[in-house]
Amino acid sequence: MQGIEKAAKQRAEELLNSGEVARVIGWKEGDFSYDVSPATFTKENVQDFAYTPFCGANLSKYLIEESKKEGKTAVFLKPCDTYSFNQLCKEHRINRDNIYVVGIECDGKIDVDKIRVRGVDGILSASDDGENVAVNTLYGEKTLKREDLLLEKCRACKGKKHMVSDELIGEEKDDAPRPRFTMVEKLENMTEEERFAFWKKELSKCIRCNACRNVCPACSCVNCVFDNPASNIASKANADSFEEKLYHIIRAWHVAGRCTDCGECSRVCPQGIPLHLINRKFIKDMNGFYGEYQAGVNIEVNAPLNSYDVSDREPKDFDSKE
Amino acid sequence: MQVENKEWKPKIVAFCCNWCSYAGADLAGSSRLSYPAEVKIIRIPCSCRLNPTFILKAFQRGADGVILCGCHPGDCHYTSGNYFARRRMTTLFSMLNYLGIEKGRTRVEWVSAAEGARFSQVMNDFVKSITELGENRKLEDLRCKE
Amino acid sequence: MKKIAVTELNSVFRAIAENADLFLPVKKSGQTDFCKWEEGDKVDLHKLKTTKSAKNAFFPQIQDLVKFQVSGKEITVEDPALPDKKQVIFGVKACDAASFDILDMAFTEDFPDTFYSARRENTTIVSLACNKPDEACFCKVYGIDASEPKGDVVSWIVGDTLYLQPITDKGNALVESLSDLLSDADEKDVSAVEEKKAEIKEIIDRLPYSHLNLKGFDGEHLMEKFNSEKWGELASACLGCGTCTFVCPTCQCYDIKDFKTNKGVRRFKCWDSCMYSDFTLTAGGQPRPTQMQRYRQRFMHKLVYFPSNHGGVYSCVGCGRCVQKCPQMLNIVKVIKVLGEKKDNE
Repeated sequence: MQGIEKAAKQRAEELLNSGEVARVIGWKEGDFSYDVSPATFTKENVQDFAYTPFCGANLSKYLIEESKKEGKTAVFLKPCDTYSFNQLCKEHRINRDNIYVVGIECDGKIDVDKIRVRGVDGILSASDDGENVAVNTLYGEKTLKREDLLLEKCRACKGKKHMVSDELIGEEKDDAPRPRFTMVEKLENMTEEERFAFWKKELSKCIRCNACRNVCPACSCVNCVFDNPASNIASKANADSFEEKLYHIIRAWHVAGRCTDCGECSRVCPQGIPLHLINRKFIKDMNGFYGEYQAGVNIEVNAPLNSYDVSDREPKDFDSKE
Repeated sequence: MQVENKEWKPKIVAFCCNWCSYAGADLAGSSRLSYPAEVKIIRIPCSCRLNPTFILKAFQRGADGVILCGCHPGDCHYTSGNYFARRRMTTLFSMLNYLGIEKGRTRVEWVSAAEGARFSQVMNDFVKSITELGENRKLEDLRCKE
Repeated sequence: MKKIAVTELNSVFRAIAENADLFLPVKKSGQTDFCKWEEGDKVDLHKLKTTKSAKNAFFPQIQDLVKFQVSGKEITVEDPALPDKKQVIFGVKACDAASFDILDMAFTEDFPDTFYSARRENTTIVSLACNKPDEACFCKVYGIDASEPKGDVVSWIVGDTLYLQPITDKGNALVESLSDLLSDADEKDVSAVEEKKAEIKEIIDRLPYSHLNLKGFDGEHLMEKFNSEKWGELASACLGCGTCTFVCPTCQCYDIKDFKTNKGVRRFKCWDSCMYSDFTLTAGGQPRPTQMQRYRQRFMHKLVYFPSNHGGVYSCVGCGRCVQKCPQMLNIVKVIKVLGEKKDNE
């Protein structure tokens, strides 16, 4: 990975120095390895560019604003981020002509919460050798298996191929997509009451911070229905348990067919709510009902909810198992 | 569950498309075919006008069942509105059930302007099944019930 | 000083819950938050930082203010009763315990908030020293001692024993009411607690953020800070979500909203976040239209405006929740480092 980071940084410098692009969107390290932030680089601060195992953040949504600026913007996108980028281009939210996409190799990103949940506290730094992650803490060293620490989105990786890129750094391995509907199926096989109890427990943790919405590349409305007082459903708090269901159902619904399953919602949730399970249910259903579709792959194909077939099933038949 | 209380009557919201089902309801009325008074009809221009938020809001405000009625597939006044509605409602109902909401709370039926009898029969049947299901507890908003 | 085995604590919780609402860190679906205790709950006293802070006990996310009931042409106005039930919050860490003083300045000084004051009045705080502070803690910067938190009763866990030291009258009364369950601590216990305190202090001293320098935020140089060019870069990745504000123990902004019930209107107060695009939105529009301005507002408030209005007290207690919870890892420490520290050599 260090070789990739070096190559990426070098390329960022080249792009800026040659004047090819006015700015580069990438990641910047913090104080503890895990606190990597998305950042905008120019010639002055490009030395801070970093690409580490903690660069989980999807940078494509920032391009909505960046592509409106003068001059070209270069962006580093991991394979899964390119789906979101494509989708945003499809929705005419990004001015593609103003963006230079550097695809960057990814072998899965690490979730710091998965380190903490294993009882490792006081994380000062972490280093990754591809197999194991050595964590240096206030209370000693710990070595953990890398595979166990992957972000949920990486555990269900869609593959290492970039859907779009102007150039590539690193290789595109031929990894097969990992299964991602295991937990959805497990929930489907529960009884209605069990499912209700599961979601009640999970959704009641919601504090309505809106992080899931604000990070979501598919949630790109200028004024969200939940912020618009005239919508009659705007609310800043879960004043009643109904509100959390309303919010999460409607949010998932609004992105259904456009959600690329980039997993950012679950990554950022401060309460650890498995929001991807809601989105993946929509994806699984639409695949089953209307044929395989992956948002962000081909910008020419209509999404399932934007098209129809005269022989579609009736709403009452939603659970006839495929 | 509301089994003991024999007085309890469900509240049903029926979203009816202007061109077929609303006219179907009208025909049921003028043909003196009865359907339960618990059904409150809301007219919408086309079945695809039904925003899922409407369904959830209906439950929030105290509905025990929500039914959407539109033109038969192929007969849409706007050519294809009901085809889109069909896909939307299929995925939405599946999601509601995935979250643990009873399957029978929501329904879609196609009723044409000529089917007054069918309208009456659909509504009688839906009210009966919601009465059996009992009160909507899973999608209620307690603030609306005080 | 009193003591009790940690394994026996359920009897204490039961006894407290008989006469009061007991709030303490409970683990539910993988997350630990202050919840009202119920028999069988998975109490997680060792959790250093609950996701939400303990401020919920005084300043809940939602507070009904008034109800308007409409019936025909009649409108009746109902005031909700002031909270009068006794409350005990157990296991409050030093940072959260110190945050109550800051909230008091906002809610009890110029325009007292009757709900907040009533809850504050009725609550006994049992604080707990932090045995395992983590990398994001920087309470020491604000003069908070994690080995000896504030509170009506201060407690320490040493090995398998919980030691309780009542400080105030309220604390004495609480410990008194539990006297059947607690035993007296002897000299050996006292020295064990002292040892623990020294151990905690030693850890705190070597925390990476314990020696942050706040000299740049001296309550003056307001315009200089406000106009700094660094804000743009600091805020560039901000998503505008409310995570930092909702997990923060000292964030105190709220909004007042109306909810139309089937029979009237319920007016309630709920947490607001200066990160939101509709924060302090008026008919004239949003006074801070860009995310940079909103981001700046949050930190200017905590580090400049609040101290200059309240005798130099910062509206931050260094709990480090924002350091760990921000989706894009932006936080107050990064702001302090860029805008505050370098003042030293000037």
